[in-house]
Amino acid sequence: MPINDWFKQRERRRYTVTSGVSGSLPDGVWRTCPGCRKTLYQGDVARSHSVCPHCDHHFELIASDRIALLVDEGSFAEIDAGLTSADPLRFSAAKPYAQSVRAARESTGLSDAAVTGRATIDGVPVAIGALDFRFVGASMGSVVGEKVTRLFELALEERRAAVIVVASGGARMQEGMLSLMQMAKTAAAAERLARAGLPYVSILVNPTYGGVTASFAVLADVIFAEPGALVGFAGPRLVEQTIRRSLPKGFQSAESLVEHGMIDGVVQRGELRGRVATVLGYLMADAAGTPAVAGDV
Amino acid sequence: MARFVMEFERPLVELEEKLAELKALDVASLPDLAAEIEDLEREVERLRDTLYAALSPWERVQVSRHPERPKTDDYLSALFTDVVELKGDRAYGDDEAIMAALATLDGRRVVVIGHRKGRTTKENVRRNFGSPHPEGFRKARRAMLLAAKFGLPVVTLLDTAGAYPGLEDEERGQAWAIAECLATLSDLPVPVVVVGIGEGGSGGALAIGFGDRLIMLENAYYSVISPEMCAMILYKDTARAAESASALALTADDLVRLGIADEIVPEPPGGAHRDPAPVIAAVGSRISAALDVLSGTDSARLQHERYERLRAIGVFDESAG
Ligand SMILES: [Zn+2]
Repeated sequence: MPINDWFKQRERRRYTVTSGVSGSLPDGVWRTCPGCRKTLYQGDVARSHSVCPHCDHHFELIASDRIALLVDEGSFAEIDAGLTSADPLRFSAAKPYAQSVRAARESTGLSDAAVTGRATIDGVPVAIGALDFRFVGASMGSVVGEKVTRLFELALEERRAAVIVVASGGARMQEGMLSLMQMAKTAAAAERLARAGLPYVSILVNPTYGGVTASFAVLADVIFAEPGALVGFAGPRLVEQTIRRSLPKGFQSAESLVEHGMIDGVVQRGELRGRVATVLGYLMADAAGTPAVAGDV
Repeated sequence: MARFVMEFERPLVELEEKLAELKALDVASLPDLAAEIEDLEREVERLRDTLYAALSPWERVQVSRHPERPKTDDYLSALFTDVVELKGDRAYGDDEAIMAALATLDGRRVVVIGHRKGRTTKENVRRNFGSPHPEGFRKARRAMLLAAKFGLPVVTLLDTAGAYPGLEDEERGQAWAIAECLATLSDLPVPVVVVGIGEGGSGGALAIGFGDRLIMLENAYYSVISPEMCAMILYKDTARAAESASALALTADDLVRLGIADEIVPEPPGGAHRDPAPVIAAVGSRISAALDVLSGTDSARLQHERYERLRAIGVFDESAG
């Protein structure tokens, strides 16, 4: 889709109330901050990158806003927008999977949980993606696995940096082993990019769990997380049941991940773009300002 | 000897016990006994045939968890010689839930990596019932890199309920440890043959669970989530695990159908624990046969083909978008 159309579509979506997620609410509504319980005017929230001006709570964002927050204005061109789930196991236990996917497609306007494409960040060519938690918990099935793999392959082929904003509940249960194998597939593609000496930066946002954390999300050269984001392999409730005592304060928070040496830093949403651009400036020093050449491996 | 009875085989076991009791009686003093024993033997056989002929996915999961099922240790001692165990992750500790070793299989030097459940409670406590900590995965990765450095093929044996969901495991980067195994394994320049011998629980199995060949035992399973946890999510009721097991497509047959597994090693009726020796021997010859083929392939081609193999997994629709 042409870039201008994509931005127009994003604008349209902004004014359609579909859920409580920031980018999908009209400016003229009032909302309560879950961090400090203060009532906020959505217009103000939107102008501050959907961060509460009182308590710094980072509201959930839709995938297109995640991307818009990072890339040079107008530079994003989506790829692989036509990939949709085929319900390969005809999973119908409890709630039919096909029905969940259909409902998610209708409410979000997305084809699945990942949005990927080409863009530039401060002139550096990137292959960029973001996961949208509204779509079946941004879980990774065949479509997300394929789109993330293609993102890495595009970066390799066109000598771009890879940048992914990750949120996910984990592997998508309803596609069974096909989902589990997407972990290996995306890890393999990330490894190829690494071998080619091309950088990959991941940004972990709330929440990132399970098979997505344990695959491409943490294989980046540089890993950042938003303040307060919860990131882990096992969910906190399962951990609590396993150890039979209550969890320490801040368990699995971005801040504690820094303390345990698992990520490079906690970055305010408003500063993400600058921080990523600086990193890419170091790791893609030759690429800034030069247009990428397709097929140049 | 008291033996572990799986729920679904209880009727059979009860009949078998009754038969054994009758056989212990004095035949000479009871003229009708011989005929009764013969009838019962026929009934036992018939029930055994029907019960074990077509196990449901959930029944197979139970067989795969049977405490007497042959484990990594049994394969190691029966198939491999000159075993030198590799211990520790060189960073924090040694996790006994994953075993790594230099070993010889049919005269071929290999690196073998396997999840390690115990036989006794004491062993199981030491080995955390086969559920690895991050150190286990980091040891496995160390063994993979060793294999790559010295050109040794890798054989892995899968038997875990999953990576351990503990507090310290999270703090020490369980997800990172698994992800690094995946990246390393995906690009290893030596042949990798994987055998699902028992449980294939999610990411903890996958960390050492893909390669150039995947051989599944008939009753082994491999799943994105345990049937119990899936039932908990779907129905808020772990008792409905049987339904989840069917929905998840986790059996050896399912995996072949989905293009993930290559071959299935048959088990005797009731499971490998009923007669382990031939099953273990069959696994040995399947591994050797796979390595015979793969050893002739140069490393660039192996890496390429492994990537293409992974690349092909996934089912979706695609329209011009
Ligand atoms: Zn607030």
